[in-house]
Amino acid sequence: MTGFYTLFYKEWLRFCKVSVQTILAPVLTALLYLLVFAHTLREHVEVYPGVEYTAFLVPGLAMMAVLQNAFANSSSSLMQSKMTGNIVFVLLPPLSHQEFFLAYLLAAMARGLVVGAGVFAASLWFVDVPFAHPLWAFAHAVVGSGVMAALGVIAGIQSDKVDQLSAFQNFIILPLTFLSGVFYSIHSLPPLWQTFSHFNPIFYMIDGFRYGFFGQADVSPWLSITIVTSSFFALSLLTLWLIRSGYKLRH
Amino acid sequence: MSAAIEVDRIFKSFGGLHALAGISLMIEQGEFFGLLGPNGAGKTTLISIIAGLTRATSGIVRVMGHDVVQSYRAARRSLGVVPQELVFDPFFTVREALRIQSGYYGIRNNEAWIEEVMEHLDLTSKADTNMRALSGGMKRRVLVAQALVHKPPVIVLDEPTAGVDVELRQALWRFVRQLNLDGHTIVLTTHYLEEAEALCGRIAMLKQGQIVALDTTQNLLNRHSGCYVTLRIEPDRMPGAWASRLTTRLEGGAYRIALKDYDEVESLMAALRAAHIKVQEMEVTLPDLEEVFVQVMKS
Ligand SMILES: Nc1ncnc2c1ncn2[C@@H]1O[C@H](COP(=O)(O)OP(=O)(O)OP(=O)(O)O)[C@@H](O)[C@H]1O
Ligand SMILES: [Mg+2]
Repeated sequence: MTGFYTLFYKEWLRFCKVSVQTILAPVLTALLYLLVFAHTLREHVEVYPGVEYTAFLVPGLAMMAVLQNAFANSSSSLMQSKMTGNIVFVLLPPLSHQEFFLAYLLAAMARGLVVGAGVFAASLWFVDVPFAHPLWAFAHAVVGSGVMAALGVIAGIQSDKVDQLSAFQNFIILPLTFLSGVFYSIHSLPPLWQTFSHFNPIFYMIDGFRYGFFGQADVSPWLSITIVTSSFFALSLLTLWLIRSGYKLRH
Repeated sequence: MSAAIEVDRIFKSFGGLHALAGISLMIEQGEFFGLLGPNGAGKTTLISIIAGLTRATSGIVRVMGHDVVQSYRAARRSLGVVPQELVFDPFFTVREALRIQSGYYGIRNNEAWIEEVMEHLDLTSKADTNMRALSGGMKRRVLVAQALVHKPPVIVLDEPTAGVDVELRQALWRFVRQLNLDGHTIVLTTHYLEEAEALCGRIAMLKQGQIVALDTTQNLLNRHSGCYVTLRIEPDRMPGAWASRLTTRLEGGAYRIALKDYDEVESLMAALRAAHIKVQEMEVTLPDLEEVFVQVMKS
């Protein structure tokens, strides 16, 4: 347990020591989105009856911050350690595969959730947002961050260079997040895109999370949480298998 | 009693390159063992396999009886490795790095030992300095300290003295010798052969992924039964049959001649006297490990 706890703590320290970059910067980015989109679209868009567009946007932006930062933390930490070579410090000790995985996973989830909470708290200065079912919101945030943190571990193990990781980020993570309904309800999309969105796991994370605020969503929160949780377990098993095999870590 | 390190028919290829081609080796507990070989011989690859940083293509390695793949946790607990590359985590100070490293091994409250290790490596004054701000030699010392936080019974040092000043070199060897006297098994690679000669009880020489010599240091030195004579003479020419002997001309005009044994010194002297050649300077030396190394690598 001490081994796991130490690695988790090390990962936690790593992003806290540069919190301006890892926490403050993403919160600011989300707020800029909120200000710009809210001002330009408030009069024209009503997604749910009785919900102002600005309010609609806040959970989406908060969740996007959770997901992107969870992914960024585990992936960049692992890739940097591999590039600088200091990954040997965690490869030499008797940490079990599970401890290794859980430490990177939980630290990344923690960063995602801290940034998400920051975005949400800061938004409350500008916007009134209802909070109908906090537990639904919390459950989706936690499991959703877990999915992205595990994906980050995979991407970090896979990437040997900065550009490989940014390709992962720009060509997979970013499009999936943007096309998941952060800025709109997928019901406003043409039917073909609606169908596509239903194959995007991030759509369920955002939709289920949003249900926690407005009590209404595009699909049932039970369906969302089932899909997100299944994705989480599938990805975790895959990641553990990769770590056990030594793929790109002990080559 | 299990061997400290047991290497059994290890092969390792990187693509088409055979970095290790069937290495078998037993290092007993308490030994001070040297692993020598030219650049690219496979020393670091072998150490990485022992440490579990690299998986062998085939073969088995055990550390204190624990298979490094099957029982990786027990094997890693028994092993401390100082890597060849100068790596560090720029987020932490020396003390933080050592505390965190202890934690990875499941050790809390390791303060007393951390202080002692830092003391031996002359790191105490740098304890609260960020790793980034340390000089290369200082970073090397921290790597040594990190390998020792869990008091491993087997310690492997991959060129620990590369880029390290004389003072630390001596302090480091004193410390490592003491650890060896306290019962720790030491495995060492170095390109400074006089260090290996002075420290190691037994030595393996690697060449292109194979062991080409494996013996006690003394036996290796004895293999080379002859001695060397270095002399300067007046007039400057070798007499009779000696003129055709293989000699090396040193800077400053001295001759260096390899002799089979001390008796040959006698006959050389007699030949010089007979030819009325005066000896201006003369030195007889025994072969050192460097000579043995060069010969082994040539054959
Ligand atoms: N990750 C790798 N990928 C491909 N080839 C490698 C890799 N690691 C080592 N090699 C090759 O394996 C051979 C052995 O390398 P190794 O680092 O073990 O040598 P060494 O004996 O430690 O040399 P040195 O004295 O320079 O440290 C070399 O030819 C090297 O190029
Ligand atoms: Mg090497």
